Amino acid sequence: MARGAVARPGRAAPLLVGVGFAALLAWSWHGTAVDLPGLFGGEGLRQVATYVVKLFPPDLSAGAWRDAATGAVETFAISLIGSLLAVCVGLPLSLLATRTLLYRGILFEARRPGPGARAVRVALYAAGKAVLNLLRTIPEIVWALIFVFMVGLGPFPGVLALGFHTGGVLGKLFGEVLEDVDPAPLEALQATGASRFAILVYGVLPQALPQFVSYALYRWEVNIRAAAMMGFVGAGGLGQRIHIAISLFQEHQLMTLILAIYAIVTLVDALSAFLRARLV
Amino acid sequence: MARFPSARPADRFRASGSKRLFPYLFTAVFAACVVFSVREAQVDPRVFLEGDALGNVAKFVRGMFPPKLDVEFLGLMAGPAIETVQISVMGTAIAIALGIPLGLLATSSLTWRGVLHERTSRTGRWLLGVVPYAASRAVLSVFRSIPEYVWAFMFVRAVGLGPFPGVLAIGVAYGGMLGKVYSEILENVSPRPLETLHAAGASRVGVILYGLVPQALPNVIAYTLYRWECAIRASAILGFVGAGGLGQQIELSMRMFQFDEVLTLLAILFALVASVDFISGRIRGWVA
Repeated sequence: MARGAVARPGRAAPLLVGVGFAALLAWSWHGTAVDLPGLFGGEGLRQVATYVVKLFPPDLSAGAWRDAATGAVETFAISLIGSLLAVCVGLPLSLLATRTLLYRGILFEARRPGPGARAVRVALYAAGKAVLNLLRTIPEIVWALIFVFMVGLGPFPGVLALGFHTGGVLGKLFGEVLEDVDPAPLEALQATGASRFAILVYGVLPQALPQFVSYALYRWEVNIRAAAMMGFVGAGGLGQRIHIAISLFQEHQLMTLILAIYAIVTLVDALSAFLRARLV
Repeated sequence: MARFPSARPADRFRASGSKRLFPYLFTAVFAACVVFSVREAQVDPRVFLEGDALGNVAKFVRGMFPPKLDVEFLGLMAGPAIETVQISVMGTAIAIALGIPLGLLATSSLTWRGVLHERTSRTGRWLLGVVPYAASRAVLSVFRSIPEYVWAFMFVRAVGLGPFPGVLAIGVAYGGMLGKVYSEILENVSPRPLETLHAAGASRVGVILYGLVPQALPNVIAYTLYRWECAIRASAILGFVGAGGLGQQIELSMRMFQFDEVLTLLAILFALVASVDFISGRIRGWVA
């Protein structure tokens, strides 16, 4: 955002914001029944300690290992395909949700669309934005419930849920990248008489691609955590096994599954960092 | 050549044999992973055409309209909506309280490396620097790699149902993320002002207060606010595991097939998220 676009606050603003946050904090402390003294003093701490002690040692029998490994692989698969689906959903929608590609800016300086065509283009932009907002607003777990309702249990509804929600997030982020590309190469292309499509392919997309890859990898890191959660609503993976282990008070198996989540999340974080360094 | 560093991976990796192979290797491994994952995740678009899939969608969409907007229902939902905001604020506050000390310890330039430690003895660096540094990194990694709803599940077991386990879950999981990012911000500040202060004879505390903090603060505030935006989404979701807030209501309505209620609840959630985004965006605009 340009600096000039933001209204600079007066001298009192930091103080006001500080007081506002303090009030918000006090109100929230009261409302959420936060009981830190109770947690750290005597009874609460003992309760937590008892629970933690019960988790150890993790169940390392062959059966528990195999179960955790299967869950981890399934969660990994859900996150990977979900993220790919999200790119496939987000990319075309982001083209629609970019003003500079549809009706204003350098692409439309030489060849202005007529008023009717312009109205259609503005409407397309608004529709693209609205769809992205809808996809993004509904949390992935609610999408998962909807898809379980539609296509039944299993990992596939989890994939669809991640694809839809993350598609909305990526579409918004991609759109912002597309609007922020350096206009100089576009002007150069335009001066050679390139068509709009050629400017998009040779001017806009090459500039945006590294950011696209970076955002997609970042959302993959978010999705590996979300994919594990999908299981709570019956969409497979580690979450389902964790849900069962907690419900049946199988604390040792739960610990094995938590170790598996830790391992798979750390692995994806490392992979994503490695790929970002190599590809971007 | 030096003036125009190419952005194309192929050019960048021409340097050595193994690097030249990387694009091919990457494509092959990636394709194999995708094929394997498609099978593993049981991707099958045909299920949409089978049985009642489309009929179910129609039922769902028809059920959502008109959304339930009577005063009694809205009044009942005000409580969970407020609770969702409160969980996000309190969770972020605990995350900051955990993230600052752990993040400071996890900053190598504060604990054992660089200008602040030029005069510390070797043993001193190890005992007071490297050991706490490594320990806090490990703790941060555990905090952030276990997703917040798993924390929530465990806290529900440990402290009972209600908003408190949600607060603790967000506090711990986001504390791990904040701590890591704080340490990255602190490590990436420009070392020159610190060296100048050091050369002028400033004490360690002086170097930190007048050299480090002013450089890092805007980024720290901006990232913390961004995390608050994430926390409001997370606190809505945590209700699904019994940690209060809107999520619990959405789950209930969903299980009872009351889709008109679901639509209203999603609209409330959207309004909450949008207002938090707006407030946080304004403040970030000021500090950045």
